[in-house]
Amino acid sequence: MKEQLEQIKVNALAALDAAETPAALEELRVKLLGKKGELTAVLKQMGKLSAEERPVMGQLANSVRAQIEQKLEDRKAAIHAAVLEAKLAAEAIDVTIPGETVPLGHQHPMNQVLQEIKDIFVGLGYQVVDGPEVELASYNFTRLNIEEGHPSRDRSDTFYFTDDDSVLLRTQTSPMQIRFMENHKPPFCMLAPGRVFRKDEADATHSPMFHQIEGLVVDEHITMGDLKGALITMMRKIYGADSEMRFRPHHFPFTEPSCEMDMQCHKCHGTGEIDGQVCSTCHGEGWIELLGAGMVHPTVLENCGIDPDKYSGFAFGMGLERMAMGRMKINDLRLIFDNDIRFLNQF
Amino acid sequence: MKLNRKWLNEEFVDLSQVSDKEFVDTLTVFGQKVETYERMDAEIKNVVVGKVLSMVRHPNSDHMWICQVDVGKEEPVQIVTGAQNVHEGDLVPAALHNSWLPGGVHITKGKLRGELSNGMLCSFAELGLTQNDFPDAYADGIWILNNEDCQVGQDINLVIGNDDTVVDFEITNNRPDCYSIIGLAREAAAAFGKEMKHHEPVVKGSNAGSIYDYLDVEVPATELCNRYSSRMVANVKIGPSPKWLRQRLRANGVRPINNIVDITNYVMLEYGQPMHAFDYRYVSSGKIVVREAEEGETLTTLDGNVRNLKAGMLVIADENRAIGLAGIMGGENSEILDDTTMVVFESANFNGTSIRQTALALGMRTEASGKFEKSLDPMMTIPAVQRACELVEMLQCGDVLEGTIDVINYVPETRTLPLECDKINRLLGTDISKEDMVKYLNLLEIPVEGDQILVPSFRPDLVRMADIAEEVGRSYGYNEIPTTAFKTSTQGGYTKEMKLEAKAGTLCRGMGYSEIITYSFVSPTIFDQIRLPEDSPLRNALRIQNPLGEDTSIMRTIALPSMMDILSRNNAYHNKAVKLYELAKIYLPVEGQPLPEEPKMLLLGTYGANETFFTLKGELEAIFAGLRLKKTSYTAQKNNPSYHPGRCASVSIDGVEVGVLGQVHPLVAKNYGIDTDVYCAEINFTKLMTCLLPDATYIPLPKYPSVSRDLALVCDEAVTVAQAEYVITAAAGKLLRSVKLFDIYRGTGVPEGKKSMAFSLELRADDRTLTDTDSETVVNKVLAALKEKLDAVLR
Repeated sequence: MKEQLEQIKVNALAALDAAETPAALEELRVKLLGKKGELTAVLKQMGKLSAEERPVMGQLANSVRAQIEQKLEDRKAAIHAAVLEAKLAAEAIDVTIPGETVPLGHQHPMNQVLQEIKDIFVGLGYQVVDGPEVELASYNFTRLNIEEGHPSRDRSDTFYFTDDDSVLLRTQTSPMQIRFMENHKPPFCMLAPGRVFRKDEADATHSPMFHQIEGLVVDEHITMGDLKGALITMMRKIYGADSEMRFRPHHFPFTEPSCEMDMQCHKCHGTGEIDGQVCSTCHGEGWIELLGAGMVHPTVLENCGIDPDKYSGFAFGMGLERMAMGRMKINDLRLIFDNDIRFLNQF
Repeated sequence: MKLNRKWLNEEFVDLSQVSDKEFVDTLTVFGQKVETYERMDAEIKNVVVGKVLSMVRHPNSDHMWICQVDVGKEEPVQIVTGAQNVHEGDLVPAALHNSWLPGGVHITKGKLRGELSNGMLCSFAELGLTQNDFPDAYADGIWILNNEDCQVGQDINLVIGNDDTVVDFEITNNRPDCYSIIGLAREAAAAFGKEMKHHEPVVKGSNAGSIYDYLDVEVPATELCNRYSSRMVANVKIGPSPKWLRQRLRANGVRPINNIVDITNYVMLEYGQPMHAFDYRYVSSGKIVVREAEEGETLTTLDGNVRNLKAGMLVIADENRAIGLAGIMGGENSEILDDTTMVVFESANFNGTSIRQTALALGMRTEASGKFEKSLDPMMTIPAVQRACELVEMLQCGDVLEGTIDVINYVPETRTLPLECDKINRLLGTDISKEDMVKYLNLLEIPVEGDQILVPSFRPDLVRMADIAEEVGRSYGYNEIPTTAFKTSTQGGYTKEMKLEAKAGTLCRGMGYSEIITYSFVSPTIFDQIRLPEDSPLRNALRIQNPLGEDTSIMRTIALPSMMDILSRNNAYHNKAVKLYELAKIYLPVEGQPLPEEPKMLLLGTYGANETFFTLKGELEAIFAGLRLKKTSYTAQKNNPSYHPGRCASVSIDGVEVGVLGQVHPLVAKNYGIDTDVYCAEINFTKLMTCLLPDATYIPLPKYPSVSRDLALVCDEAVTVAQAEYVITAAAGKLLRSVKLFDIYRGTGVPEGKKSMAFSLELRADDRTLTDTDSETVVNKVLAALKEKLDAVLR
């Protein structure tokens, strides 16, 4: 009987090792351990044994059973692992096949730049406002200290709706200075981006409609030094902390003193030339004009009921298209309003 | 405004030691921005004065000469020329091997019919000159330099007068005084901290008589002519001007003509005061009348064009007819000719706006009108006419008559301003001493007496403290003003509408739509293009009176055409699938108000293989959900002529119509050249501001499970999903949590003219698990209502 058990064990372990599928394993389990299995058949003979032999054989039989069961479990695990491995191998895919396309829209490049600028100013405490594009001449010109007969009022420059030239398409975002000051008491910091219109035929650098960003700060004791500090801070946030800026006197009817702000050309570092050739970025000037600015003209403050002896302030205005074009190296303004999806999707 | 540095150095302030770059940078930062600057000798290189030592006939040519030319080097060079006006011993311009001529012409040595030529002898035209620049030169051949003051081997640029730099300034509107060499010299001197030389014109006079015996000036147009000063010259000898004067004119881009005309142009450059010279012979009865033109009056101007004048334009006339267009151009009928013997110099001050408008109306902006339109200093007319007469005497081209006629129609105003040092420093953020301020102002030739600034007549822009602050600030240096940070503390932010716009943009892009920006002005033909009815109120658009063209002549009252335009363009570019959005203002006129309303529209537009009404509707629903809008309803709109009558819905929130969506009518698509299905949505974004749900608050998650019941209903084709949903919702009661359509079926098993709609109902109670009986009751109520209201039965 001992030999029988040993034989069963050896045979069973070999058979289990040879089994390759879960079905073959199950068949073996029934054959070996089932009610009609080999081991059971041997155990049924236990009754014939002596009392001394019985516990010994019982122990042996249990050990054989335990070893077979253990082997069965091990093989089961191994076969399942092999089956899973085979399944996973069969499921392998070419991961370089492109993903299912999820259409993604793009923000217009101009509005991307505008959003960035607005966020910077909001962070600096500026309130962003919007206003009418069809505007009264009094806001667009008169109250900004632009007198009757000024060339910018000409019908060759400005679009008009009425015979008396009193209603027009705003030529600048500066009327928002007046509209804001009418309804707000200092101190305030305002930013007014928007569409403006001038009678220029569309070409690579002109458009009858374009965008400006107007800024206005009014409080007691605002100085030209403050104007410089504020504009340098902002422009360095936009163009990088190492940007070199300069201010030049200029003329705007609604600011005095007035200035323009330039940034040193990052390509030629202000020399105006690269390898003996005229720098194509700044056209040899060494500087790139960024914006116009100035201290709010006392007459403009008076026009809005703000006492220029008590309050002062500064205003600035910049062209969005020029900034976006410079930033994104767009060489033709018409692309901006053409809205070709192949252009829009680049940004 | 151009300035040649040599003139500045020779006459006003010697800055010859300053490099071009430093000159340009200093003036730019001082407030006179330089647009461009150019060395006049940049174009001509390696061309020298040569002396023709010998000439022999070319062996292989019947017209060419082989010349040995002394060019100032050890050995003479051999140059072949085809010109016939050269003789041995002549001085000529010789372009040597590897030389450059104007227009990028490169001269190198080569063989001409077998004979070596080490360069080229030049005509004056080849050197970029005209007969006017060198009136004595022979036009058809080599420029013979025998009478020019020059030496063999000398750079030809020195002979021409090209050893100079021309600087072009952008002059701002407030500084008309800088449209002159004197004005710019004043700025240049101040920028470099130097004093400027002044020259008071002196006229010796003659015994040729008095102007009062010859000329009478009347100025009835008092409003348009502030001042009219004139002097006369007799015994005029018309001829070329001297070389120095011609060179100064040429450097500033003015073509020399003859001594008298050159003098008027020279004075205009120098003083910025435009002048005119009339031939006295043609001033009928010796009477000059400065008057407004009559409607329909004509005048042939100096350029030979006949000008049709309008009432109100200012003319210079004699007793009978116009002889000049005031401030713009003289008349052909009184022009200076070679045989002119008596000249009237006009030095006047006209109304700038009037001159500008006339020049604009006639399409003839000239150097003179460009200056007048800036409003010039009326005090300048006398020094200018004096200077012209002084030059006549200097050039010995006539005898200046006794006396000056000077008609003055304005009240000279002398303005003084207090020098408010504290206020200036407070505005600038500086600490500049009074002494320094006075020094700066004096350098700009603005006198200060005690605490009073005596504003000179050439600076009408100086009106108040801020104007003086600018002069002080720029003299001190804008870039020297200490940079400070202001202490104002304000809260930055966006308006509610801007925040919602930003959110809408993000949502649209998430749905695959890209943003476009379109013009606010459109063509009046858009209304027909989108088939808008003749009587539609949207046809009432603001019209621009002076548009660039008909295509951009009205302000859009509807944004669909702008979207269609861009879709059309993309279609033309063969872009296969396009999804676009825009937040577009429209402009709606308001009766009795000068300004229109400017609401913003949200436009979605798309075409492409996978686009249907329902893809767009689904996207719109998702966008609306993202914006947290109240419940939106869609109803069929059959009569919107821009859309497919069976595929168009109006969109409402809370009973307020906020827009429309649908398939664009095929005829409209065709009008835009698109032959595929196009889908658009137009939503009044401004109205959405009132349709927002309140801010979200937490609703407890369900504790008990929900039960789902599916119903497939057979009903008439005419019954809509919305109707069925409405009946189901109303009948089901509060246990119904949602009802969703999941299938529509037509065909086998469903009778002709009917359809099957399958809905899934979700039922749930908050306080218990529903029993079968609960759901049976609800379903039975729903089925009964469907049968009764819509004649719909379970399939």
